[in-house]
Amino acid sequence: MPDIRVRGFAGKIDCPNPFWLASAPPTNTGEMIMRAFDAGWGGAVWKTIGEPVTNVSSRYSATDWNGQRIMGFNNIELISDRPVEVNLSEMAEVKKRYPQNAVIASLMVASNRETWHEIVMRAEDAGADGLELNFGCPHGMSERGMGSAVGQVPEYAEMITAWVKEKARTPVLVKLTPNISDIRAVARAAKRGGADGLSAINTINSITGIDLDTFVPRPNVDGKSSHGGYCGPAVRPIALNMVQQIMADPESALPLSGIGGIGTWRDAAEFFLLGCGTVQVCTAAMHYGYRIVEDMTDGLENWMRQKGFATIEDFRGRSLPRVTDWKYLNLNYKIVARIDEQKCIGCDLCHIACWDGAHQCIHLDRVSGPVDGHVELHPIPAAREAASRASLAETPVTRKERAAAAATGPYPTPLARIPRVDETECVGCNLCSLVCPVDECITMVQVETGLAPETWDERTRGAACVTQPNRA
Amino acid sequence: MSTALDDSQVGPQLREQFGELKPALAPQAATIEADRCLNCFDAPCTAACPTHIDVPGFIKRIASGNLRGSAMRILDANILGASCARVCPVEVLCEGDCVMHRQNRKPIQIGLLQRHAMDAFYASGELPPAKARDARKLRVACIGGGPASLGCAAQLVREGASATVIDRRELPGGLNTYGVAEYKLRAAESVREVEMIRRIGVEFRTGVDVNTAAALEALEGEFDFIFLGVGLGAMQRLGVPGEDAKGVMNALELIAAYKTGHLRELRGTVVVVGAGNTAIDAANAARRLGAETVYMLYRRSESDISAFDFEYEHAKQEGVQFLWRRLPLAIRTAAQGRLELDTVQVNQVNGELLPLPGSQYAIECDLVVPAIGQSPLAELLHTLRGIEIRNGRIVADEATGKTANPRYFAGGDCVNGGREVVDAVAGGKRAANAILKTAEAVYA
Repeated sequence: MPDIRVRGFAGKIDCPNPFWLASAPPTNTGEMIMRAFDAGWGGAVWKTIGEPVTNVSSRYSATDWNGQRIMGFNNIELISDRPVEVNLSEMAEVKKRYPQNAVIASLMVASNRETWHEIVMRAEDAGADGLELNFGCPHGMSERGMGSAVGQVPEYAEMITAWVKEKARTPVLVKLTPNISDIRAVARAAKRGGADGLSAINTINSITGIDLDTFVPRPNVDGKSSHGGYCGPAVRPIALNMVQQIMADPESALPLSGIGGIGTWRDAAEFFLLGCGTVQVCTAAMHYGYRIVEDMTDGLENWMRQKGFATIEDFRGRSLPRVTDWKYLNLNYKIVARIDEQKCIGCDLCHIACWDGAHQCIHLDRVSGPVDGHVELHPIPAAREAASRASLAETPVTRKERAAAAATGPYPTPLARIPRVDETECVGCNLCSLVCPVDECITMVQVETGLAPETWDERTRGAACVTQPNRA
Repeated sequence: MSTALDDSQVGPQLREQFGELKPALAPQAATIEADRCLNCFDAPCTAACPTHIDVPGFIKRIASGNLRGSAMRILDANILGASCARVCPVEVLCEGDCVMHRQNRKPIQIGLLQRHAMDAFYASGELPPAKARDARKLRVACIGGGPASLGCAAQLVREGASATVIDRRELPGGLNTYGVAEYKLRAAESVREVEMIRRIGVEFRTGVDVNTAAALEALEGEFDFIFLGVGLGAMQRLGVPGEDAKGVMNALELIAAYKTGHLRELRGTVVVVGAGNTAIDAANAARRLGAETVYMLYRRSESDISAFDFEYEHAKQEGVQFLWRRLPLAIRTAAQGRLELDTVQVNQVNGELLPLPGSQYAIECDLVVPAIGQSPLAELLHTLRGIEIRNGRIVADEATGKTANPRYFAGGDCVNGGREVVDAVAGGKRAANAILKTAEAVYA
């Protein structure tokens, strides 16, 4: 049985699994966090504690996609609206009852040294296993000089981290905002300030949508809206990129708690593969409740068992060496698309995608006769559609007619509708395999070019050598 | 035209007895279903549709909330989009060709989505755009008030010609109004659709039977072209003694009678002779109108029926019982207005049906419903000069509806021998386009 326990994260944090609830509404109170621990969460980052705020109504909005709810989620809620002492006394109670689970205090206070010292000591006295400095909240708090107002200025982030480290006895994590041109600038600052770890990413500035009847963006607060913080499945690719940037940079890299659109064990595994030691979840828990953690732990263990990993450390960061700069990619590696005629259902989306979105090399010419070569040699898609609209069709009313209409030939799909790849023109872009609705119907296969691997870097360095003597 | 066939005329119980077979999708369900559509290129559903409705085009407009655009997309291809959404045998047309089948997934519910768009369109009270009336100096008469003529006339007026639909019945719409099972298409919905076609500029002359040479001559004098959408006419007779007895009523008569409120209840035993789709509509109707026992009598076996599979399954669910390889011999009047239908078992030998000795028996019943296909309006066709008739059908080019007489075009059942509403609309539309092209060549 694989062991997914976390030991000594950021120095000293232990917990039964790497799945934490992020600092957000699901961790608003002690009662909620205890229910979350009962459901199986390994840790929780308390909803940010600081001077209590007044919130607005409404606070959330979402983007739906293709019939699915909450592809992306947006909020304009501020930090905890409950008094510091209430949060901290509940935290003490949670720690007493759940000593095995990680409780991290997320903190945000005004930018002066004494105020930070005080809140750090109070949180640790309440039993926090670690501190997370909220330098990321992108709305409301930033207008008051906190949250991302700190996280966007490396000097402030470094200074406050250093203040906290003067008093902290538990690991200090700095939560990074993605609303900055290079997240490494603040990660480096946090590291210089002495942070023990990082959390990334916080939410991304967003306007999720506009009501087309009232013209008011969502969420609507009495006829007006304000930009919020975007999260949920839509932001995962952005988060993964930033996680990679941090972990691949020696001046930034620290124990990292990955955040951003994680809803399943698969998502989490990707963050671990890029070097994260724990992950934090919010939107998925807000959508479906705490119970989602069951499949996260179970699924991760099953995947680890299948891959032969005993602990998360066995694969943590394993994908980092697989990310490089574009200039180091092999220019002589070539793949082409292959269509499995038995699996093709004849939607022909690959054909139109290739014609209108790629390189005009997928054709519907299996019946008329395959023709390889440039675009001029082939009928354009619009001509095919026009021919189809001009054709005669009638309802097959007899059994014989119905049988004839259902006949397809050697494959489940009529040959005329099974696209064909012209491999002489295919550039191996992947688009067709991405639009194909059938798993493993279009595969990208490597073809031998007979050329030795060569990167852009090598090619241009070589060119420089050749041109230099001419210049001389 | 009027609000004919409302509840006060047809009786409110009709709505209950003939509840819709396929209820409308709720708006959100429609959006979710529309999102499921893959948006195939050169979609097979579109190709399968005789009118070539741009199916992914109208479905994706539903998904985006552009219901007006969706409806217009449908109506551009098929002016009877609303009734076709309800009556089309989608299982053997658009939905039958949906690529989802090849992944063992449920096909997109194209019929219900089309209905969703069309219901919204009719609720809006809008009309599809048409060119200015008389933009073209072209006058066309469409004889017959069914889907073929409606398809032809609507296409003509949308292109700026003038078109007049002439029908012998009180209400236009042909079989859409009088001949489709009420649980698929309500007569009032057909009439509403016809009303929309009138509002875009088609003229209607109802209660006018074009059945003399003089009437035809008058039409030739008034119009440039004549389109024949006369359908198949009356149903074929059984050709057995006693066929004209009281208590014998053919399937189309039965369907028209209950849809117009003239027949509200049936009792006892009903025998429907035949096993086509109309026979099934009549048998199901008899059950819903109260008949305790309904037999379908068919001279061949189960595997030979012309009804679609889903229609056959539906009839079984309605409680219709089937008597295979049994032939009607005679109808006799019995006591208390009941009937006795003499029948015999037959065996099919080399394509011939041979009676089985000793298998003769009489079925005691209250109503006999012949449903063995329609025969073309032979009398009228005979009067049409120069128009070839073969096997009882008007001979016309499938792509253009052109007949041997250059002023006459034809489409629908009278040409194809009896197919679906959508085939008739398609035939009418193709003929209209051919008429427009012919007229342009003449006047150019």
